[in-house]
Amino acid sequence: MKTLKYITLFAALGSLLLFTQCKDDDDNIIINATCSDGVKNGDETGIDCGGSMCDPCDESGLDFSGVYIQEDQMGRPSINTMFGTLGYRDTYNVTVPSKMQVEFQSMMESKLLLLNPNYTTNVWGLDATAFSTLLSNDVLWLAETGETTYSNGVDILTGRALGEDVMNTTLQLIYGGADGTENPGLTDDGVPSNDAQFSNSFPYLAPPF
Amino acid sequence: MKKSKLFAVIGGLGMVALSAFLMSADHMDAPSVKGSSADIADFYAFQGENNNNFVFVANIQGLLPAGQATEQAVFDESVLIEFNIDKDNDLKEDLVIQAIKRGDSMHFFGPAVPEYTGDEGLRSTILTSSTRRSVKISTIDDIEVAEIDGIKLFAGPREDPFFFDLNKYNIILAGDATEFSSQGTDYYAGKNVLSVVIELPKSMLPGGTVGVNQFSPDTPMYNVWVESKRKI
Repeated sequence: MKTLKYITLFAALGSLLLFTQCKDDDDNIIINATCSDGVKNGDETGIDCGGSMCDPCDESGLDFSGVYIQEDQMGRPSINTMFGTLGYRDTYNVTVPSKMQVEFQSMMESKLLLLNPNYTTNVWGLDATAFSTLLSNDVLWLAETGETTYSNGVDILTGRALGEDVMNTTLQLIYGGADGTENPGLTDDGVPSNDAQFSNSFPYLAPPF
Repeated sequence: MKKSKLFAVIGGLGMVALSAFLMSADHMDAPSVKGSSADIADFYAFQGENNNNFVFVANIQGLLPAGQATEQAVFDESVLIEFNIDKDNDLKEDLVIQAIKRGDSMHFFGPAVPEYTGDEGLRSTILTSSTRRSVKISTIDDIEVAEIDGIKLFAGPREDPFFFDLNKYNIILAGDATEFSSQGTDYYAGKNVLSVVIELPKSMLPGGTVGVNQFSPDTPMYNVWVESKRKI
């Protein structure tokens, strides 16, 4: 008898929930349609696009509407790894390049002298201020014509190709002194190459493991 | 009294947890993007196999272990990958190439003039009035390359091309070693990334500027960089 009572109660509650759910759905379509709810509703012709209220949809029917806000940025390799300090890295990632030198050059010079207190100059002939100034603008230079390399012994900073040992280059610039021979234990990490072969053809990177 | 003791213990644990976080965050990228679907692991820009082309590579979501982690890694439809090109050395983007996932494909827009530049460059809208070119996203076994209008496109898992004995360097920085090993250990060995690769004719870009690079002052240069942006 008790069991029957419970079943009746559950059935009643169940149908009440079902009813509420349906009513709620109807409300959403008519009243709560917005251009940012991730649902195709109202008179939208795509998800959150088209119709009388929202931005037009891409002709493919795909939705490319909306505003995107920066979370990460990268130009040259190893800048964040080698020169980042806590707090500063997050700020760096959301600073436009044209403001980076003003914001970060002096901090990077301090970090350079912290990493190598005996720093005077490097194989590129840059003193601490010149080197940190160059690095603080975190963009990669890319040559319009000719060799594109981070540093190949002849050309310097004309791009960045796969397979280049950019960390040894960076270590030598920080620790190696004017002729690159100072602190020999700190200028070569003992990992001379990648663990997979690159292709000479598109997409150039090696297949995944 | 008992209560304050308890708070002291909780406070102490908090400090321990915080310092552990600081150390782990120090290894790679900044704390707020580390390990997220918008975390840029690496960026490459170089002359293609055809010397009349440029290649841009953005690697995101680094340090994916082989197997399931790589098979299940996906591009985020709310994250825009944007290659920026500055032709006149004012460090402001003149052109961008955008890439974003929809469905099973990566869609590319540009090179085209962005809606927001310079100080406003932290914002982007997708440049749907420029030509859209798409490639099906590759999997480990199904490699898809699109070639449209002389442009080649790829998006999918690739081997992480970066190599460095990161652990040893952190040990050196912590003061527990004074030099690298002659036989280093590649921290990135056996790891994968999600890559976006585009190769395009140099003729699609305006000329660069001379006098930018003091080591090659006569060679016209571009400033290039990559950004990840999330839909708000």
